[in-house]
Amino acid sequence: MSALLRGLARWASLLSLFVGWEILARAHVFSDFLLPSFSAVVARLATDVASGDLVLAVGLTLYRALAGFALAALAGVAIGILIARLPLARWFFDPLVSIGLPMPKIAFLPIFILWFGVFDSSKILMAAFSAVFPVIVASWAAAEGVERAMLWSALSLGAGRRQLLWEIALPASLPQIFTGLQVALPISLIVEIVSEMAMGGEGIGGTIITEMRFADSPGVFSGIIAIAIVGSILVKAMELIRRWLLVWHAEAQPV
Amino acid sequence: MRYAPLLLVALAWEAAPRLGLVRPDTLPPLSAVAQAWVKLLLSGDLARQGLASLEDLVAGLGIAIVVGIALGILMAWYRPVEILVNPLVRALYPLPRSALIPVMILWLGLGAASKIASVFLGCLLPVVLSAYNGARGVDHVLVWSALAAGASRRRVLWEVVLPAAMPEILAGVRNALALSFILLVAAEFLIGQRGLGYLISFLGEGGVYDAMFAGVVTVSAVGFFADRLYLMLMGWMLRWRE
Repeated sequence: MSALLRGLARWASLLSLFVGWEILARAHVFSDFLLPSFSAVVARLATDVASGDLVLAVGLTLYRALAGFALAALAGVAIGILIARLPLARWFFDPLVSIGLPMPKIAFLPIFILWFGVFDSSKILMAAFSAVFPVIVASWAAAEGVERAMLWSALSLGAGRRQLLWEIALPASLPQIFTGLQVALPISLIVEIVSEMAMGGEGIGGTIITEMRFADSPGVFSGIIAIAIVGSILVKAMELIRRWLLVWHAEAQPV
Repeated sequence: MRYAPLLLVALAWEAAPRLGLVRPDTLPPLSAVAQAWVKLLLSGDLARQGLASLEDLVAGLGIAIVVGIALGILMAWYRPVEILVNPLVRALYPLPRSALIPVMILWLGLGAASKIASVFLGCLLPVVLSAYNGARGVDHVLVWSALAAGASRRRVLWEVVLPAAMPEILAGVRNALALSFILLVAAEFLIGQRGLGYLISFLGEGGVYDAMFAGVVTVSAVGFFADRLYLMLMGWMLRWRE
């Protein structure tokens, strides 16, 4: 019953946001330019989806953000595990990571433009560079936190080093690594959009900026709604993948 | 000794362009960047743009912290607020916050107000959620005993709930601090006018790459030290805990 109520409240409050927006716009409290009506924005969203422009722009942004995220995930997990296992790797990466993690990576955008231009590779690498540090830190902590007893018992049962890594260490550190990935994914999306806004070109970030320059406010708002929907789906998808990957783990058991 | 690898990186940075491994106009040697930095410092540009950035950052982040803590605790403390606001917070949380910068430009124009508003909106939700989670996690026994001892609800809020929620709030504010740098620099790239982000992109577009690198190093260093300072502040504020 209370779950039902909560579900209702959830939709009611979103609905009242949209209704309030529509009323505010219809009453012309602000000009149409500042606040186009919600229905106008939805109509615009439908037209842009139907024409394929929006799907293309959002798809391109999604592709770049996910490509950057994938690079960050691969490199981050590899570096994190290396740091935990090789003293030399720890010596080298520890100060770099401790400086790189809190550093505002977005400031490197002009350097990436200088090095890689203003096209796909530059935008993808920018997202990867911004998202890699949380993954490194999470994988490092995870690999370090694997219970020794578990490793010892696997060893005494005759597991080889390779098996130890793939069948014991990696699965045992998966929950923590995944938490790092869940932090990294929104970062890569945020940075991807900023890169597109700053570098221009195709993609939803560039599209929104162009619409802004042409004072096309329904376009700007519909772009933001599209990207909000994509963001929610990504976050939800990560939760589902986590549940699916960690079915065996204690966190998935009903309390 | 711990920071020896940084020295290695610095050496590689100096050597690579000098030995012709990379073109000096794509990676100016570290010494040239250092000279450019000193020149920026002496000309007063660095201080002027740095202060401008600091102003906008502090304003946006400061308002986000105050409003966020208030909203989060109200959500945890009053049912109606929770029912009304919580679904909105959860629905808006996954929105990539940088997408709001163009709307702020539409609404507030190309100026400091848009930057402050972008930082504020970007940082608000992490603070709200941390305050909400922190206040909800407060041990009920603490609240009941304070109420039973005759404390008013307002006093319980100020003297029991807020301190008990503090560790979580401070962690949320640390996330917001990192986000505020991203949003401010992004807004400065897009809006221009003033600030370190503007200085960097201006120098980059003008092809003054040694100075551009000096600017990037400055912003990175400021972000890093801001986080370190904040960690120290956090330790000091939580010194009463075990």
